[in-house]
Amino acid sequence: MSELAFRAPSFLADTVRIARKDLLIEFRTRSGFLSATVFALLSLAIFRFSWDPTVVASVDLAPGVLWVIFTFSGLLGLNRAFGVEQANNALDGLLASPVSREAIFAGKALGNLMFVLAVQLMALPTLALFFGLPVGPEWLGVVAVAVLAAIGFVAVGTLFAAVASNTRLAEMLLPMLALPFFIPVLIPAAQATSRLLAGFPLGDVAAELKILGAFDIVFVAACTLAFPFTLEE
Amino acid sequence: MTSASIPEAQSAARRTMPAVDWVLVLALLGVGGAMVRALRYTPADAMLGAVQRILYIHVPSAIQGMYVACTIMAVCGGLYLWIKDERLDRVAESAAEVGFVFLTVVLTTGAIWGKSSWGTAWAWEPRLTSALFLWFVVLSYLILRDAIENREARARLSAVLGVLALLLVPFIHMTVYLFRGLHPEPIALKPGRPDMSPEMLSTFLIANVAFMFFFFALVRVRYQWASVRDARASMEQS
Repeated sequence: MSELAFRAPSFLADTVRIARKDLLIEFRTRSGFLSATVFALLSLAIFRFSWDPTVVASVDLAPGVLWVIFTFSGLLGLNRAFGVEQANNALDGLLASPVSREAIFAGKALGNLMFVLAVQLMALPTLALFFGLPVGPEWLGVVAVAVLAAIGFVAVGTLFAAVASNTRLAEMLLPMLALPFFIPVLIPAAQATSRLLAGFPLGDVAAELKILGAFDIVFVAACTLAFPFTLEE
Repeated sequence: MTSASIPEAQSAARRTMPAVDWVLVLALLGVGGAMVRALRYTPADAMLGAVQRILYIHVPSAIQGMYVACTIMAVCGGLYLWIKDERLDRVAESAAEVGFVFLTVVLTTGAIWGKSSWGTAWAWEPRLTSALFLWFVVLSYLILRDAIENREARARLSAVLGVLALLLVPFIHMTVYLFRGLHPEPIALKPGRPDMSPEMLSTFLIANVAFMFFFFALVRVRYQWASVRDARASMEQS
């Protein structure tokens, strides 16, 4: 069997296998998920006391709080993706296995996406509860925005986690590298969320959704192609 | 490493780094000349007054820092990943560092100008916002370079960041224009330009040429310095 014929159908299978491996480690240790979720919930509670609800309505503050928390709890999870491969040089084992490097990236990113979505799944109802937001069909739009934003967030974040793990500063560097790249995700996501929560229809946030979708397409492709360059030859 | 290698490297340094860099001296004279012309021989804007003359520093720095430097950083990074020539990495490094200085000049002169003519040193206006974010991207590029000891890894990883930064810029532009509802006319950033008098226009063009020359002279010096540093590092390793 030629190498190409072997690889082409197995890309997705490899991706799922690597994501499953990472999620299984995560499920058994629960280290990253617990710390990220507790961080998100604690921050939500702390933010609740950082402003005067008689001056700023909670519906105006909630979107900003939500996206700040998603960003920083997401960063906690991203660091872990390549952190788990550093013990016992596990990454070398992964690279030596008959898996393409693009599939390693896609698997890592898929695992991170599940992680980020799980944290968001905990944070969104808590936000509605703590900030007293009305629960209605507009939350479907918020969920769509959150999923679109999470895809771009995870693609860029996974790549920079790989870059940062090769440096002297390691996880200290990830926020510095990744945050400028999160700008085109966070600004449209926060603006779309605030408009949706204020009761505007989904059509009113079409511009934001387009930017998020375009970002996902461009950066999922670019980061997958760039990932092999972040590994030692 | 032997103790003899350091004087050897020093002599290598003297060979490649001249005591006086005449290209840089010429560039400085050009910038000085353009500034004299802007201050002495060009009329001030009727509406904005003397502060408008900051345009002759602000816009040329923006062109070099935002467009020229970032393009060089990204294109040389991409080419490095392809042909793995260390010289390309040194060019990208030099352009990014000099570009960062120019971007800082843009933000500083913009704040001074804004304080005088808008009444506020900072506004979340599309152009200001994208300049600030670009400044952060270049800063993170420089921090990344600083955080990697190995030369090959430093070149490779920073090239990845440089190429992705080029893809990021259009998205930052699209994103910041979502703010348009608040600030309808970004043209306000260049008040004198649409109906510039001939003297102003020629001073403006002269300043642009002078700053471009100055930019490349600085990149050249920085590149020579990087070459000497790398040559010395190789010498010490052997």
